[in-house]
Amino acid sequence: MKNLGDVEGPARLETSAPSRLRSTIRTLLRNRSAVLGLTILSILTFVAIFAPFLTKYDPVKPLIGIEKVEKRAPPCIHLLGCPKDQPQHLFGIDGNVRDVFTRVLYGARLSLIIGFSTVTFAIVIGTILGLISGYLGGWVDNVIMRIMDVLLAFPSLLLAIAIVTVLGTGLINALIAIGIVSIPTYARVTRASVLLLKEMDFVTASRALGADHLSIMLRHILPNTLTPLIVYGTLGIATAILDAAALSFLGLGAQHPTPEWGLMVGQEYKNVFNAPHLTFFPGIALMLVVLSFNLLGDGLRDALDPRLARIRGG
Amino acid sequence: MGRRCSPILSAACGCSNQNPMLQYIARRLVSALPVLLGILFITFALARLLPGDPCRAALGERATDQVCDAFEKRYGLDKPIPIQFWIYFKDVLRGDLGMSFRQGRPTMEILVERLPTTIELAFAAMIFATLLGIPLGIISAYWRNSPIDVGTMLMANIGVSMPVFVLGLLLEYIFAIIFKDTPLWLPPSGRLSSGVTLPSLTETWGLVNVSPGLNSLLTFFSRLYIFNALITGNWKVLNDAFRHLILPAMAVGTIPLAIVARMTRSSILDVMGLDYIRTARAKGLRMPGVVLKHAFRNALLPIVTIIGLSLGGLLSGAVLTETVFNLPGVGRTMFESITARDYTVVQGFTLVIAVIYVTVNLIVDVLYAFLDPRIRLG
Repeated sequence: MKNLGDVEGPARLETSAPSRLRSTIRTLLRNRSAVLGLTILSILTFVAIFAPFLTKYDPVKPLIGIEKVEKRAPPCIHLLGCPKDQPQHLFGIDGNVRDVFTRVLYGARLSLIIGFSTVTFAIVIGTILGLISGYLGGWVDNVIMRIMDVLLAFPSLLLAIAIVTVLGTGLINALIAIGIVSIPTYARVTRASVLLLKEMDFVTASRALGADHLSIMLRHILPNTLTPLIVYGTLGIATAILDAAALSFLGLGAQHPTPEWGLMVGQEYKNVFNAPHLTFFPGIALMLVVLSFNLLGDGLRDALDPRLARIRGG
Repeated sequence: MGRRCSPILSAACGCSNQNPMLQYIARRLVSALPVLLGILFITFALARLLPGDPCRAALGERATDQVCDAFEKRYGLDKPIPIQFWIYFKDVLRGDLGMSFRQGRPTMEILVERLPTTIELAFAAMIFATLLGIPLGIISAYWRNSPIDVGTMLMANIGVSMPVFVLGLLLEYIFAIIFKDTPLWLPPSGRLSSGVTLPSLTETWGLVNVSPGLNSLLTFFSRLYIFNALITGNWKVLNDAFRHLILPAMAVGTIPLAIVARMTRSSILDVMGLDYIRTARAKGLRMPGVVLKHAFRNALLPIVTIIGLSLGGLLSGAVLTETVFNLPGVGRTMFESITARDYTVVQGFTLVIAVIYVTVNLIVDVLYAFLDPRIRLG
């Protein structure tokens, strides 16, 4: 039986969830940038999942003794005139005699995992903090928000660098650092929604009917804060991937021989003049994945909440 | 009507109940204080949370217990944590950021040498972003939904998505290798060509027996090469320094450029729907004039804010750009200090960058309030 305190929110009364989802998808598919973003992202996801079937090489093992190729050899594409007796390497060979194309393909896997895991971590903690802060108000709100202000007072990458210094280098620590740095954004976004929602009639009604705080927060307020979180989360994935790549580029994130794009650029950037392919292919891959999330995020923002459109200037 | 100024604030800032602007500034200053204190606390905690004890982090693993005892006593590390924080607080207020154990000299001295590079880079990047971003945004808004608009916005999206270090390397390759032996060639690294030197202001002006404070200040301004060469009329060095600055500034400035262009476009489009624009059009004014004179002026507010807020990204970008372009700035020093485990420098530089960031945001807020009366009166 339904609890007396469980009053449905107005949003859910007006339109059922499936029809809202359908209309959101319809709007999203009419948005050119969202479609472009989704297309790039679908290709990258396909590449990430089927990487082992798209290449015959290993992303980590050097080709020494397997093939006669030179260190940092430029791309060899048979269609573009590369002699047939030479093995084909679309993106060339890296400084450790590995196929760059293979490493870029496997890098897609890592990049997507990095983006999703970091943002999930930040959203979960940020949402909890924002909910508590906005709902309880008073000194709890003050303390949490001042801590968030302090975290926001540091340029994100610099704070992430500082945290990695404390935790030690490595991909997991880099992800934790980027996650911590991203928390304030989600905490603020959630808090702003909670402040509006907690004054609304349906919340007052459920309170009057005897619902406890936890149930009001989780069943009535939280579902209505998700829209901006989805938008910020999608855009946040792009930032997280960029920051993780930057940390790996500096040698503080993923460590050799992980096929991480930032690390691949970081290991070879001093050879940019004689082997530019080693920098550009992972760099362009990085740009594409970030671009796809940015485009999708912009599209989602327009489809889900036009009020947010001004914040990023779309 | 403005809020009443508290007696404490009135005494502290001399603001009166009649001046909402001063009240607003005072309110913002007061609200920045806990943030500054929090920054101090975080940078303090950073040093205390480092793996291993601070003595061995500073002096190396081979430091004996005896040496470490003396070290801890000297830096007050044997005292309770609140007392240690108080000592740190007092030191920072005095401008003492500790000694760099790797370089054997005060962190402040290193900062005075390295900060000008980053400031010069940040300014150049911001000028690049603003001078190009605003016209691009206006053009996009004016020809909305045209191929120019779509192309510009797609480029802006690519600009925002391009990792700074990849863009830096790409620019290096294009301008130093592809354009080699052409007038478009630009130097790929450093601040000046080898063999080109710029005397410090103390030397140029023949100053002797200057106080340490003034000396630091002069060192700081001397290392702003463009500024130094400009005021001393050293045109050859000015040209060389400027050419060295172009590529890094483009690399760091691209993300703010894209953001400024997008913001300008959307702000102008927002304003274009308002009544006063319709009135201006009804008076018979031509469209370009309306956009530039009427719409742009009111669209400027969010643009100013976004320019200020881009500073954080700019400072983050500087760490990567300085590494790519081999520039001796704050970013590269921080990176080198981390790899060398010179934590005092990391701590000091993090603190200073965060304080600069908060200060700039404060200035942007005040500027915004100055430009828009609704904020200071709200």
